[in-house]
Amino acid sequence: MKTKMKSKRFSEWRSKTLGEKIFTVINVILLSAIGFICLYPIIYILAVSLSGAKYVNMGDVWLLPKGFNLSSYSQIIKRDGIWTAYFNSFFYMIVGTAVSMVLTILGAYPLSKNRLVGNRALNLIVVFTMWFAAGMVPMYLNFKDMNLLDSRLGIIIGFAVNTYNFILLRTYFKSIPDALEEAAKIDGANDFYILLKIYLPLAIPSLATIGLFYAIQHWNSYLWPMILLRSDSKIPLQVVLKKMVVDMSSRLDSMEFGRDTIGYSEDGFIYSTMIMAILPMVIIYPFVQKFFVKGVMIGSVKG
Amino acid sequence: MKAKERDVSLKRKPFKKVMSQIYTDRQLYIMLIPFLLFYALFVYKPMWGLQVAFKDYNIFKGMSGSEWVDFKNFQAVFGNPYFFRILRNTLLISFYSLVFSFPMPIILALLLNEVRNKKFKGTIQTFTYLPYFISAVVVCGMVTSFLSPSTGIVNIILDKLGFDKVYFLSKPQYFRTIFILQAIWQNTGYSSIVYIAALGGIDMELYDAAKVDGCGRWKQMLHVTLPGLLPTIVTLFIINVGNVLNVNYEKIILLYQPATYETADVINSYVYRLGIEQSNYGVSTAMGLFNSAVGFVLVYIANKMSNKINGTGLW
Repeated sequence: MKTKMKSKRFSEWRSKTLGEKIFTVINVILLSAIGFICLYPIIYILAVSLSGAKYVNMGDVWLLPKGFNLSSYSQIIKRDGIWTAYFNSFFYMIVGTAVSMVLTILGAYPLSKNRLVGNRALNLIVVFTMWFAAGMVPMYLNFKDMNLLDSRLGIIIGFAVNTYNFILLRTYFKSIPDALEEAAKIDGANDFYILLKIYLPLAIPSLATIGLFYAIQHWNSYLWPMILLRSDSKIPLQVVLKKMVVDMSSRLDSMEFGRDTIGYSEDGFIYSTMIMAILPMVIIYPFVQKFFVKGVMIGSVKG
Repeated sequence: MKAKERDVSLKRKPFKKVMSQIYTDRQLYIMLIPFLLFYALFVYKPMWGLQVAFKDYNIFKGMSGSEWVDFKNFQAVFGNPYFFRILRNTLLISFYSLVFSFPMPIILALLLNEVRNKKFKGTIQTFTYLPYFISAVVVCGMVTSFLSPSTGIVNIILDKLGFDKVYFLSKPQYFRTIFILQAIWQNTGYSSIVYIAALGGIDMELYDAAKVDGCGRWKQMLHVTLPGLLPTIVTLFIINVGNVLNVNYEKIILLYQPATYETADVINSYVYRLGIEQSNYGVSTAMGLFNSAVGFVLVYIANKMSNKINGTGLW
């Protein structure tokens, strides 16, 4: 069977003109190069984070770690500010995504019903916010007004609904036939029950997509946590990481580097924190890739 | 008299019907409450706060207590010595993105479309989407440390090739290039999804017909694939033009430094410094309002245009 496939592929290859063969080869090389470029920065920081300081400071690490050691990762454990931030990031991601999902579902389901009186007006009110936003300063003053500065609650509910995700889910709900709802209504089911037991299980691909988008949004967000949060006990990893990068470059640029003696390099330390910051996303990503590709396509076909 | 009565009943009936429809769907309205509350409190209430742009905002007097100053804040915006600079930088960064970043996902989608081996195609897709999921802080942190004059990989390479080391991020002439390059790295793969979807929608018979007419792979791409992609390209291009004022300022703030403000500072990053860092609420709100109002008009026009050209807009 396998040889048959191989021979088929081979004969396909033989039947190509020279020009096509050259095209195919160049195409494969080009795409491999693009794939490599996309991956290389991540491979590089991973390699440096696992290398000995001596090799890093000499600029000897390119692709694979040299003088393999985990000391820069053990540094992360020693600096408890990072652990607090890491925990905070997880907290904002998990609780934030849960709140976002609940609010988005509760909005998208009713507004996917064309029969709902006021549907058009309500949808317009929501979609309008994609075109026009109040802007940074009025938003900041609003948080201040509501006493949500330096508050975990502000971070979680202040950015709970993303209109784009709302549209994705609403479109998906619309594609589910009304007959299901009508049948359930005849059986005496109420709207909450229908949503929970019929619509949500059917909408799992779309829920996975927007769940991923929300998780990424909460995990990666930097600007507003930086603006709103003051106390070290509440700031997420991204804000801490930014501070570390700034500190490092100002220290390094004053040419006070190369402290081989400690066994880890300051670069390696920052890179290992970056790896820790990327890790959760990289772990979730393969599981939901096919969902989000579908989700994005639905969104692009009809918002 | 009778006719009048009927008139009334005709008018009444829909009203009654509407009320009963609302009553039947009462649970749906209950569901909507938290969702609408979010939009009211965190999206529309700040819009009410836009009046700060017309006021001499005083923190102790609050929103309603502060005095109206008409267009004084806007005069300050347009009279600001940096106004021309930030407007120019915003437009230039958007313009360079359109020229250099915009075609990338199209090229990637076209290249991927020519691959027959599904495993290879899937692997490349997985790799190219990945950067999109990395946070702005990590991407900009990587840029910062890769370009660092002492231990950055770029300068190590320059050094080994016998060139002088350059502190790229402190030189205004490099900022836009760096900014565009990192955006291409992060977004190309993800943006190609839309084009790949559009490619899947092209009728295979068109390819067969082209083959019969003696078109090779290259001519098929030119005469079948590209025309098939054109509606998507046009729509996204128009939308991008509409978004010229919406530069990703989070990344600007992460990458710029006072030495590069000259080419890096955009409207929203200036609003951030003026409003949040210096607490000049009135003028910064006015500047933000200018940005969102002009942006809104542009996006609206763009959407209308794409509706006209393709029959469907993005929304």
